[in-house]
Amino acid sequence: MTAVLSGFVLALVAPGLYRRARAGAGWLLALLPLGLAGYFGSYTEAVAAGETVRASYSWAPALGVDLSFCLDGLSLLFALLITGIGALILIYAGGYLSGHPQLGRLYAFLLLFMASMLGLVLADNLLALFVFWELTSLSSYLLIGFDHERAEARAAALQALLVTGGGGLALLAGLLLLGQAGGSLELSVLLGQPHDLRGHPLYLPMLLLVLLGAFTKSAQFPFHFWLPGAMAAPTPISAYLHSATMVKAGVYLLARLHPLLGGTDAWHALVTGFGAATMLAGGLLAVTQTDLKRILAYSTVSALGTLVLLLGIGTSAAVTAALVFLLAHALYKGALFLVAGALDHETGTRDVRQLGGLWRTMPVTAAAAGLAALSLAGFAPFLSFIGKELVFEAVWAAPGAGFILAPAAVLAGALFVVTAGLTGVRPFWGAPRATPRPPHEAPLSLWLGPVLLAGSGLLFGLWPALVAAQLVSPAVTAVVGHPQHVLLALWHGFNLALALSGVSLVLGLALYLGWNAIRRASACLEPLLNRGPAMWYEVALRGLNRLAQGQTRLLQSGYLRYYLMIVLVATAGLTGATLVRRGRLASPVDWSGLSFYDAGLALLILLATAAAVLARSRLAAIAALGVVGYSVALVFVLFGAPDVAMTQFLVETLTVILFVLVFYHLPESPAVSHTLARLRDALLAAAVGVLMTGLVLLAGDVQYHPPISAYFAEHSLADAHGRNLVNVILVDFRGLDTLGEITVLAVAGVGVYALLKLRVGAQGHSAAGSTEVQPARTDAAPLEPEPGPVPAVNGAPQDGGLALANPAAEEGGGR
Amino acid sequence: MNVLLVLPLVIPLTTAAASLLAWRRLPLQRFLAVAGAAALLAASAALLAGVWTNGIAATQMGGWPAPFGITLVADLFSAVMVVLAGVVGLAVAVYSLASLDEPRESFGYYPLLHVLLMGVCGAFLTGDLFNLYVWFEVMLMASFVLLALGGEPDQLRGAIKYVTLNLVASALFLAAVGILYGLAGTLNLADLAGKLNSLAEPSTVTALAMLFLVAFGIKAAVFPLFFWLPASYHTPPVAVSAVFAGLLTKVGVYALIRVFTLLFVQDVGYTHTLILVLSGLTMVTGVLGAAAQQEFRRILSFHIISQIGYMILGLGLAGLTTSTALATLALAGSVFYITHHIIVKTNLFLVSGVARRLGGSFELKALGGLYRGRPGLAILFLIPALSLAGMPPLSGFFAKLSLVQAGLGAGQYAIVAVALVVGLLTLFSMTKIWAEAFWKPAPADSALDSPPPDLGPRERYTLLLPIGLLAVLTVTIGLAAGPVFTLATRAAEQLVNRDAYVHAVLGGQR
Repeated sequence: MTAVLSGFVLALVAPGLYRRARAGAGWLLALLPLGLAGYFGSYTEAVAAGETVRASYSWAPALGVDLSFCLDGLSLLFALLITGIGALILIYAGGYLSGHPQLGRLYAFLLLFMASMLGLVLADNLLALFVFWELTSLSSYLLIGFDHERAEARAAALQALLVTGGGGLALLAGLLLLGQAGGSLELSVLLGQPHDLRGHPLYLPMLLLVLLGAFTKSAQFPFHFWLPGAMAAPTPISAYLHSATMVKAGVYLLARLHPLLGGTDAWHALVTGFGAATMLAGGLLAVTQTDLKRILAYSTVSALGTLVLLLGIGTSAAVTAALVFLLAHALYKGALFLVAGALDHETGTRDVRQLGGLWRTMPVTAAAAGLAALSLAGFAPFLSFIGKELVFEAVWAAPGAGFILAPAAVLAGALFVVTAGLTGVRPFWGAPRATPRPPHEAPLSLWLGPVLLAGSGLLFGLWPALVAAQLVSPAVTAVVGHPQHVLLALWHGFNLALALSGVSLVLGLALYLGWNAIRRASACLEPLLNRGPAMWYEVALRGLNRLAQGQTRLLQSGYLRYYLMIVLVATAGLTGATLVRRGRLASPVDWSGLSFYDAGLALLILLATAAAVLARSRLAAIAALGVVGYSVALVFVLFGAPDVAMTQFLVETLTVILFVLVFYHLPESPAVSHTLARLRDALLAAAVGVLMTGLVLLAGDVQYHPPISAYFAEHSLADAHGRNLVNVILVDFRGLDTLGEITVLAVAGVGVYALLKLRVGAQGHSAAGSTEVQPARTDAAPLEPEPGPVPAVNGAPQDGGLALANPAAEEGGGR
Repeated sequence: MNVLLVLPLVIPLTTAAASLLAWRRLPLQRFLAVAGAAALLAASAALLAGVWTNGIAATQMGGWPAPFGITLVADLFSAVMVVLAGVVGLAVAVYSLASLDEPRESFGYYPLLHVLLMGVCGAFLTGDLFNLYVWFEVMLMASFVLLALGGEPDQLRGAIKYVTLNLVASALFLAAVGILYGLAGTLNLADLAGKLNSLAEPSTVTALAMLFLVAFGIKAAVFPLFFWLPASYHTPPVAVSAVFAGLLTKVGVYALIRVFTLLFVQDVGYTHTLILVLSGLTMVTGVLGAAAQQEFRRILSFHIISQIGYMILGLGLAGLTTSTALATLALAGSVFYITHHIIVKTNLFLVSGVARRLGGSFELKALGGLYRGRPGLAILFLIPALSLAGMPPLSGFFAKLSLVQAGLGAGQYAIVAVALVVGLLTLFSMTKIWAEAFWKPAPADSALDSPPPDLGPRERYTLLLPIGLLAVLTVTIGLAAGPVFTLATRAAEQLVNRDAYVHAVLGGQR
């Protein structure tokens, strides 16, 4: 817990520290991961003895999120890689980007990443794991975009984020399903319980979602395209995140969940299949490249494919092979990336065709590169040699598929040899070539990392017992689920694996010698294997943009009349559909209580409404509306509410006068709408009107409960000392409503005053945004009714009046 | 009478009235605005504490017993909302000091702001359907004037759409209240809850519920009723946009949640399925709308819509599950989401104002270079932006997580998929702003190229302090997700268990 947190805390202070310590900051900061590595190292004995170290802190238990950590063999292996390599990377970054103004931020992001990655591999709670998972994606985004003023870097960062982020969301859903099916989100609980998730009805969706998360993160075909793009990041970042650690998070997840989800046909088919495809695609693409980092990136893709393939096979031999291979890969690939960075830093180019003969000027780097390259190629006595043999052995023994997978693995191995030659040998040997900058040896900070990493590969190869019992065995145990004792040895005797290893070496050497021809020949694979999948991303992105713009233009058209239309259609549609569903619109109305005056008024209202709609001149329409209003007031009179009627008379009179005043100043308008539009509007208006009428009739039809108005009548005089019921309701029973309405009126007053008096000059910022849709339709604005101050001013008191008049009508007019 | 329930109305009203009296004394108005907002926040916090310890509080205005007078009620949901109104009010009041131009300030901006807050608090606290309408009117009028204040052509163009569509909502709301009164003979929410539930034939009520759905849906900017929002939110001064973005639509959401948990639960299979479908469409259309924009505030505006979808997602799910625990989880998700969203969204608008001050524009094209030059501001943007996109460990992650969990629990896989994909698209939008305004180098002719228009010391505090504090809140809600979620859960329990609400208002009588 503290181990994880310390990284976050240090990330916060890193920029400040950098400002103080400058060149020394990298070394200083590296002390933390180094210390952490020692800390985790101290648990090696205990973990190897089968113990798991646990710590748990409550976070949001109701949501199943807790910060529970667990250190077992698998976590320990990863934690040591993360902290060990992390320390070297921090030192390296200080040299690689020395003097860069944003180096402090880089340190911060690096530490943020390191802490998140540690959290990821230590988390016992699946949601905590997810939290850290997302944080690694985020820090990766910030780091890929480190060179943020370059558009390609920004695009690559976004691509990586969207691909891994999309997978992340699938993963979240998968983990939640898993938690639901298994009854817990704690890995330790899930692993410990007897009942089997593999038979669960949701097993397949669960598996697919989790795999989607793992495959995107670990750059499996066809999601691999983001990884070469991520090479836009500074080289130490590529070495750390995009080769040694983060991209292995998917592999880690598969290994972690293998005991829960693995071993089914679906698992074998999917995981093995995608792994194998990735292994080959990555290997083939690697040899088509000329940029050192891109070669390494594709070769990393290939290695990740190999790891996934092995986990798909899932036998304990395959898991052992995977973990040894993983360790070896982290060491040599990290070293080669750092070498590539050093080359770039000292010569100014990363194009392998421009590099050659550098061993004279950069002997230390050359030595480290040589060691790492031999390791990558899988020569004895490196750890990777052991790993390779184990891989061949496991693949050959894969149930049912060995005869297909083994040749594929041999071919991939051969392609590894080519990669090794290109990145570790070719730049240093042969004739020196002219480089953009005259080459010289890299400083200590730049060669320390590669030397240590490549050296460890050799060391562990010579003495495999150093890692076998203490690191690999507990890790394999954790994945397989029962105790395993792994014995690693360089010499396995003359067997099939050795033969395959030999074949792949020879084939690889042959391919390397014919690289130029092969590069040209395999270039035709590029569109299929790389541009194809990447194209999907671009097509999807472009499609999204187009869809978004089309949709927005359609919906947010900028025309108020369409907005109103849609709102009214929605109202009529929803209410109407519900009424229809109810089966019966309204029961027959009982007309018996209808008096002559009632009927006459109703007729008058209807006629006046029709007149208002049909009127040709504005004044006639207003007059007709006035008739409607007065008739409604008469209705109030009929039902014994003279106060309300008085209010209504006043409001109507004022409204008519205001309308007339305003319209007097407006020019006579020609008919704007054509017949079809009028018909449409008429239909809509009629539909809304009919619906409202229907609803009102329903309410009168089925009065379920007696209204509370009886209470008002009873208490008005007795308790409130008022004879006028409506007044008492307004000022006493419901005085708060009236307070609110008075406020509305006051605000309206302020509004009218401010709108008439205050004109802030157009301040420029809004000049570009006159319509609502971004691809501005220039013709939209003039068609809009110009909203001068007049309608606004007019709207204000009218609204206040409406609000004031209606509560009284509502409550005072009880029958 | 429980004075805590009345204070959130009295404080802004008094502040507004006092500011009106101080019309010509701008410094005094400014002081009153901040002091009033601070007092509102303090009072609302006290209210929340009171409700937390003593349960649902209710008080009868004028001493008339419920259901005859007007009741003010505060359950935890209401209290939380009032606190959020206080937070937004204070942040925006402080921010306004340096961000608003003097003409607007001297034409009633501060009184209007407080009237708006009063309307919002009133809507959250009232236990009476018609009184709710009155508060909607208060809000609508205050917001309309705030929107149009200054009279720039763009502002008026936006304001006219805003006010027209919202008046339609008011009219529908009023009509629906009238018909409902005709049906049930009462306006008191608690009383209505009892009476509507004892109906022999509830389908009439369901039809009526549709009117409320549309009326509140317009206020909440639900698909397909949201047009007023993108038409207007980018036109007024940033401080106004920020307070609108934080509070206005949320009142609509609050009203939806209130009536569709308390009143309209007769036919949940129908009504809440509808809400669920609308939530999905709202999420999708909102986020796509944002993807089509290239202007800071327009992007943010469309995202409001999208996130309204998340908020009512919980409401829909709650109706579609028979398990009380799941319903509680879903509504807790909604409450959590609203809480998170109000803080984050207000903050993003505030940041957009600072970005404009520094870069001279809201257009992403014209912005740039803020990351290099203003790392502090970059972090202050990144926190709410990532939270909005649901990135852990910020508040938005837990908000989304709870809804997704509820959705999976209820077996509503399609809507969960929509919610997750929309989350990714939100991230896409936020990175668009980030890449354009922050990462990208400033365009050659931008204001950043000339000697940067540095913030003065006073501006630095008044602009950045609210932003910083809101960001701290966002991080805190994430890190203390446990306790905050407990609060949300208890609020949801009160929503699910309607009897407690009814009892608090009506006492023993039913």
